[in-house]
Amino acid sequence: MNKTQISVAVLLVLALVAPMAVYPLFLMKVLCFALFACAFNLLIGYVGLLSFGHAAFFGMAAYVTGHAVKVWGWPTEIGILAGTAIAAMLGVVFGLIAIRRQGIYFAMITLALAQMVFFFSLQAPFTGGEDGIQAIPRRPLFGFINIQNDLVFYYVVLAIFLIGFGILYRTVHSPFGQVLKAIRENEPRAISLGYKVDRYKMVAFVLSAALAGLAGSTKAIVFQLASLTDVHWAMSGEVVLMTLVGGIGTVLGPVVGAAIIVAMQNYLASMGEWVLVVQGIVFVVIVMAFRKGIVGEIADRVMRLRRT
Amino acid sequence: MIEIFGIPSQALFAQLLLGLINGAFYAMLSLGLAVIFGMLNVINFTHGAQYMMGAFVAWMALNWFGIGYWWSLLLTPIVVGAFGILLERVFLRHLYHLDHLYGMLLTFGLVLIIEGLFRFKFGSSGLPYNNPIPGGTNLGFMFLPWYRGWVVVASLVICLATWFVIEKTKLGAYLRAATENPTLVRAFGINVPRMIMLTYGFGVGLAGLAGALAAPIQNVSPLMGSSLIIVVFAVVVIGGMGSIMGSIVTGFGLGLIEGLTKVFYPQASNTVIFIIMAIVLLIRPAGLFGQTK
Repeated sequence: MNKTQISVAVLLVLALVAPMAVYPLFLMKVLCFALFACAFNLLIGYVGLLSFGHAAFFGMAAYVTGHAVKVWGWPTEIGILAGTAIAAMLGVVFGLIAIRRQGIYFAMITLALAQMVFFFSLQAPFTGGEDGIQAIPRRPLFGFINIQNDLVFYYVVLAIFLIGFGILYRTVHSPFGQVLKAIRENEPRAISLGYKVDRYKMVAFVLSAALAGLAGSTKAIVFQLASLTDVHWAMSGEVVLMTLVGGIGTVLGPVVGAAIIVAMQNYLASMGEWVLVVQGIVFVVIVMAFRKGIVGEIADRVMRLRRT
Repeated sequence: MIEIFGIPSQALFAQLLLGLINGAFYAMLSLGLAVIFGMLNVINFTHGAQYMMGAFVAWMALNWFGIGYWWSLLLTPIVVGAFGILLERVFLRHLYHLDHLYGMLLTFGLVLIIEGLFRFKFGSSGLPYNNPIPGGTNLGFMFLPWYRGWVVVASLVICLATWFVIEKTKLGAYLRAATENPTLVRAFGINVPRMIMLTYGFGVGLAGLAGALAAPIQNVSPLMGSSLIIVVFAVVVIGGMGSIMGSIVTGFGLGLIEGLTKVFYPQASNTVIFIIMAIVLLIRPAGLFGQTK
């Protein structure tokens, strides 16, 4: 077993016993955002693409799941799959447009496209405008798992998270993932070696969008709510922050980052506008001083200790 | 009453004027973004917040110190520009050697701080700013409020002056040279870091000035910048950041198109610019005036 596998195993045990110490609802929120951040990290960490529009996938999937489950009365699991599928399709559309540009332009384009989705959500009749979709029912999963119970639902969400996390882990540690890293390091070289770079980027982008959607759909059922907050640009910024805090391009960084930011929001919830200010300060401090993030810095220290 | 395409000319031209005014702000902001990006290789996410600060500086000058509109037009760019220079010295300067994305992330964090502080102090609802030149004139086919006419003329003059300085003067030649090859320009004995700092101050000052111009038209609100900046990003992507004149033309043009959309298909008026961006990217990925590198 290598370092990452040991940490994953430790975290898994922690996740299994966590509901004894912490509210399941809080843990589910952490898991949803952790999956969201992991999906985002696939792009920034392994392909070098900064997407500033991931809220579009997260939020749109939440809306679709909410609408399908509440209004059409679809079963929960189908609703979640529908949301994920729509997010993937949206990912194809975004990808076709945005992948034509790199770096800073890619970030601006995804941000602009996501803003378009935001305005769409504001005006479309099925999203409920400012109110969002409220009181989304939690119907039994597969007809027999009672997710009304927060503790039961927590283990379901944990399973969903692990599936998403597993897909991402396999993707990154496969030959496909190696090509993605090659693109990140030196795109012209990858092209000259004969890789169809745009196709690789596209697959990674759609995968990332779909898993962000899975996170959003799950979140909609957990909180029984899909609202404009989920598609707002601030949400795109939040997922960037989580990944940045945990460590860009690390396997566990986004999970740690999501836990920290969600915990911070919970503690500061009563402070209103100051949450934004504190988040901004965290952003600035990390970018100025700890660009590797928490997990990245720890990994660095351990490496240095080993060498001496 | 004159009608054009079944729409009363008064309403049509009123919306066009509104579009032109929005276009004026797009042009001024995307111009600043382009100049900053050219020198610093940083996409200045704070640009919207600095525009908002401009409006607030004008508001505070009037309500706290009794300084009128015309003086604050002079004062605002200086104050906001100085704030920008401070940001450059303290933060941005240390990120130039890194991936450009970090500059964007840093300035995004600054947006959260600045907006949060202003919301804490002033709340999220807007504050009014009295129109310094009320009234207007009826041109027959439309009613022209003096202030709106003034904003269009003023911003056009500011944009063209910026274009003139950068494209036609010696200072602008240094600037363009430093954009191309900072090391060489430095070898000629020009203080490039100071030039970068002043460029940032200038771009930010331009955003502040736009904010002061906008104060009497829009409510002065902490949120006025962040929604605008995303549209301006789309404008920049459409125009490409290669040319100064390109930014000006795209800014005004897209404002007009947005105004027209408001008349003929209001549901799409929020999204039309983003749709145009998508189409332009599919046809000409480098943008209308950009060069592919």
